[in-house]
Formats: sequence, structure tokens, C-alpha cells
Amino acid sequence: MASEAPPTALSPAQAQEAWHSRLLGLMAARKEPIISFAVILVSWQIASFFLPPYLIPSVDVIVAAFIEIVVNIGLLGDVLITMGRIFLGLVLAFIIGTILGVFMGFTQTVEKHTLPVLHFIMGIPALSWVVFAIIWFSHVETRIAFILLAGCLPNYALIIHDGIKSISKEYLDMLRAMRPTRKQLFSKLVLPGMIPAVLTAWKVNLGLAARVVIVAELVGATRGVGNKLLLAQELFEMPKAIAWTLVLVAFLLITQLVILMLEHKLLRWRPAKQGGMAT
Amino acid sequence: MSAAGPVVRMRDVSKVFTSVDGDRFTAVESLDLEVGSGDIVAIVGKTGCGKSTTFNLLLGLEEATTGSIELLGHDPYREFDWFRSKLGVIFQTDRLLPWRTALENARVGLEILDFSEKEQNDIALQWLHKLELQGFEDAYPHELSGGMRQRVGMARAFCLSPEIFFADEAFGHLDQSTARRLREVFLELVTESRKTCLLITHNIHEALEIGSRLVILGRPGRVLADMETPTNATRAEMAEFEDRVLDIIENNEVVG
Ligand SMILES: Nc1ncnc2c1ncn2[C@@H]1O[C@H](COP(=O)(O)OP(=O)(O)O)[C@@H](O)[C@H]1O
Ligand SMILES: [Mg+2]
Repeated sequence: MASEAPPTALSPAQAQEAWHSRLLGLMAARKEPIISFAVILVSWQIASFFLPPYLIPSVDVIVAAFIEIVVNIGLLGDVLITMGRIFLGLVLAFIIGTILGVFMGFTQTVEKHTLPVLHFIMGIPALSWVVFAIIWFSHVETRIAFILLAGCLPNYALIIHDGIKSISKEYLDMLRAMRPTRKQLFSKLVLPGMIPAVLTAWKVNLGLAARVVIVAELVGATRGVGNKLLLAQELFEMPKAIAWTLVLVAFLLITQLVILMLEHKLLRWRPAKQGGMAT
Repeated sequence: MSAAGPVVRMRDVSKVFTSVDGDRFTAVESLDLEVGSGDIVAIVGKTGCGKSTTFNLLLGLEEATTGSIELLGHDPYREFDWFRSKLGVIFQTDRLLPWRTALENARVGLEILDFSEKEQNDIALQWLHKLELQGFEDAYPHELSGGMRQRVGMARAFCLSPEIFFADEAFGHLDQSTARRLREVFLELVTESRKTCLLITHNIHEALEIGSRLVILGRPGRVLADMETPTNATRAEMAEFEDRVLDIIENNEVVG
């Protein structure tokens, strides 16, 4: 077969390498992010010289507050409680959203009835859910779970519905010509076909949930980052407010990284991404 | 089913598509076709004349609006599950599952048939090697050239040891030299298997190269002519035959 063109895509080993360097880049082995953050830090520090510390505290005070949280088991517990709420809410939203998404993907009637409602719900601001939750429920954790569910469930359902819809009929016909059972069709086509959508849904919702949960924790939670932020606000403690925010962002970045690694493992069959517009 | 009976029998088959607005479109109209055991038949026709629709009807993926279809004495649509492992299909595009390696794609039919994992791999590797894909067993489809992907698709079909082979424009999107080489390999393997084969194409050269029998389809899908492909013909005779086929396709009228 000498006449055939050799494959031009990256070999698996090359793709692996490209990925690793990208991951390292992401983890700050590059100079650009360091420069950006250095500029922000220096500007902040300069500003702190001219403005009162309760508005712009100096960097070392913030770092001290940050370290205090990280080394203090009790305080770290608040972060873990918040993360726990995020995960619980997301897992719940994921399960229900997946079931809904799969049903919509396979049944036109369900699709036609549900899709417009989901889009409508997506338009409701998180703060409205907070108000509804306070009126409807008295238990704090129920309120938080409800707010997260309302915020993230439609997203899961829509993305997974999309993922199932995007499975091509060509693959379906190819497999059906071999007469698979329903179960085989699901395990060999639908399940692997929707994995990219599932991962996307998790990435999108993790960011969404993190923003929503802080607001949700203002509805009477006695622990959690939202509660700590509220306390910091009441006492006008800017260093703590910033430190708590930073801790939460750090945790989220770590989680994002875990998902990214999982994605790399599960989607290694994908062609390596080509460069974008920036040069 | 009698052993001597035709392997494929289509009688007065038509397929009408109805759009959401209620418009009706006839893609196949009173199509009659019989193919005997071990025959290699080329079906040729203009793009849009209903070849792929016929193909889908034969595979049982769509229901005929009227008429009857029998493969090996069974209805491919109504007796859908009877055809497990009976049909070997090669599509226009490779239709390899992108998340599976060459080997995993080749063995997917054997997984469906619940072969043991060892058998799956043994058989799939044997066919991949026969199709000169050694060294690429663990490559993902995007890492392979178009010709190599189509070879994996062929391995997937041959793994099943099917009773009938179907190919719909299987070499249509490859460059000419790759297409020719693959066609040769395919014909060799099908002939070796002594199985029946229906090859659908819009390319007259391809049709003449492949089949001992040529079925010309008109629009909407129906048989215009059914003829022997000349063997041992001179270049001039072949060119003349080709002209005749082209005329029949152009006229779109049944040749008596
Ligand atoms: N699912 C469908 N619904 C409506 N029309 C269809 C459908 N499939 C095919 N057709 C129409 O039937 C005709 C024949 O199509 P096809 O069998 O794909 O032709 P060919 O394979 O010979 O090019 C075309 O005009 C096409 O638009
Ligand atoms: Mg076609």
C-alpha cells in the first residue's frame, strides 16, 4: 500500500507530550501568568500605601489571613463544608439532569415538552432562587441544595441532551446492521458518545455552583465560606474577605484540574487541538 | 428457505418518504431484483436515484412502503434480529467509532455476538493483518489515513464471516489509486469467501471492474437494465459497453 498517504496526525506519544507541556503551562511553569499576577500584586500593594487598610489591605496581611485559614483545621472545615455542599448539589443535579437529558434525547414528546421549560428556568437569576428557597424551606441545607439544584440541573439536562443528539445516525445504522441488543447499543454507542458532554457539563457547572453556593450560604448557614464572608463584611475585615475568597478559588482550580486530567484520560482518542487565532 | 433459492429477492418494492408537511417523495418505485448465491453484483445509478435508500431497505434499517424483501428467505425489517452476524456492511464513510482503536473497531461486531475476548482479538487481528494494518492496531481513527480507515471498516465486516456483503459507495471518497487498490483487495477477499456481494456505486468504471453482473438503476429507484458485464472484452468493446450503460442511465427508461 505504498500509494497511500501516511497518517499526518500526532502519534499518541506526541499527543501525550503536548498535553503534558500544556498541563505544566497551566500550572504556572510559564512566565506570562506570573507576570500578569505580579503586576496585579504590585499595583495592589502600591494602592495599599495610599488607601486605608480596611479598603485595600497590604499583600502580606492578606497572605497571613490566607495561611491562617489553610493551617487551621476548624477554618479549613468551613471550606470543606462549602465544597461538600457544591459536590452534593452537583451530584444530585447530575443524576436527575442525566436522566432527564437521556429521556429528552430519546423521546421526542419529552423533548418537546421539557426543552422550553428548561430554557425558561435557565433565565431565572440565582438570587430569585435564594428568595424562593427562604420562603419555601426552613431548613438551611435544604435551601442550599434547592438553590444549587435549580441553578445547575437545567444545565446538566441541556448539555447531556445535546450530547446524545449529537451522536450521529451513521454510527447508529452501522451498529444496527449488526443487530445489537438495546443494552449493547447503549454501552457501545450512547454511553461513550455522551462522555464528552458529561465532562463539559461538570466543568461548566462547577464554576456556576461555586458562584451560586456563596449566595446560597447567606440564607442562614452558620458555617461555610459564604457565612465567613458575611462575618467579614459585618466586621469590615477586608483581609479575611479576600483570603476566604482566594481559598475557595484555589479549591475550585484544583477541582478543575482534576476534571481536566480525567478528561485527558477519557478523551485521549480525540485529535490534539489545533492552535487558535492568537499567535 | 431453499438452498437453491436466491439470496436476495426484492419484489415490487417501493419507498415513499413523507415529510413533516405531508409532502410525499418516492425514492424507490416497484423495484425487482434477484441475486443468486455467490454472485457479485454491481448496482449503478445516478446520484440521488435511490441507491442508498435501497441499501437501507436491504439492511432492514428502513421499512419498505410496499412490496416484499427477502434476504436468505427472511424479511430484514420484520425479522430484524434473525440477521445477527449475517450482514457484512461497508459504508461510504468509514463510520469507525472515534473513541475506539483500530482493533477495537474491527472487533465490535464480535463483541455484539458475545465472542470471548480472546476470540474477538484473535479474529480481529487476523483480519487487520490480512488488510495490511499491522502496527496500527492501537491507533485511533484520527491517526489513520482515509484508506487505512476504510480498511479497518472492511476488517470489521469480514470479522463477522457474514452471509452477504453490502457496500455503498465504499470507495467513493478515496483518491483514485487508493480506491483501485482497495477495490482489488475487497474483491479478492469477497471472492475467496464465496459469499454473495452487492456493491452500490455511481461510478461506472468501478461497477464494471467489480461485478460479473451489472444492474442499472433509474430515478426513482427501479431497475432500468440488468446485464452481464462483458469478460475478455477489448478496449474498444469495453468503451462501447460503457457508452451503452451511460445512455441507459441518461434516458432513464427501462430497457426491454
Ligand atoms: N429520510 C429521507 N427523507 C426524505 N427523503 C429522502 C430520505 N432519504 C433519501 N431521500 C431522498 O431520496 C432520494 C434518493 O436518495 P438516496 O437513496 O440517498 O440516493 P443515492 O444514494 O442514489 O444518491 C433523494 O432525492 C433523497 O433526497
Ligand atoms: Mg448514496
